[in-house]
Amino acid sequence: MSTLHTVNKSPFEKNSLADCLGYAKEGSAVLMYEDGVYGAMKGNAVAEKVAAASGVKFYALGSDLKARGISQEKLAEGIEVVDYAGFVKLAVENDKVSAWV
Amino acid sequence: MSEKIKKFMYLNRRAPYGTIYAWESLEVVLIGAAFDQDVSLAFIGDGVYQLLEGQDTSESDMKNFSTTYKALGDYDVTKLYVEKESLEERGLTLDDLMPLTWEDEDDDWAEKDSIRLVSRAELADVLDDQDVIYSF
Repeated sequence: MSTLHTVNKSPFEKNSLADCLGYAKEGSAVLMYEDGVYGAMKGNAVAEKVAAASGVKFYALGSDLKARGISQEKLAEGIEVVDYAGFVKLAVENDKVSAWV
Repeated sequence: MSEKIKKFMYLNRRAPYGTIYAWESLEVVLIGAAFDQDVSLAFIGDGVYQLLEGQDTSESDMKNFSTTYKALGDYDVTKLYVEKESLEERGLTLDDLMPLTWEDEDDDWAEKDSIRLVSRAELADVLDDQDVIYSF
């Protein structure tokens, strides 16, 4: 069963991302949006944890990155930027959505 | 009638768009600036994200209030403390933040930096010296 995990809280304010990473199995996807996109930045205190999640594909919502001033060069390696249509596509492609609100 | 000028500190601890705190803080700062008090702002934790350069909400249906920080100098709000440890934890440096300046009328309108990079220990001393602290 493939799962799309969504994270919308800053990794520094809530432990949503850490909890999500603890449960995201190989072959699953993690989409960061709203304040969750801060977890997609390179060089921060959670970047290593994100990089260590093997077999998990990471996505971030482009408009939320843009609003917060997170440009492409500030993103960690392996993060794919998607728009709202991409968000919907991920939700459809996976068997279920697990929202770590 | 003149009263004692008090030191007001606005402590900003949250990221800019996920909640309304950052915007509300700015609103209160601008109102408070009209009362000729000694106003300072501090940015700690996710609050440092409020000052990130290049915010663009054109695709998000939200107001981009980050430009308002650039106007603070015109309201004599010239002390913006940014905590070093919070920047480092987030992989950021001063170069990632908006350049914020004010013009010193006592120094031939020289342009000066509003942002003061401080350590947690230094900021603790600054906070200790305040009369009033508002936390957002």
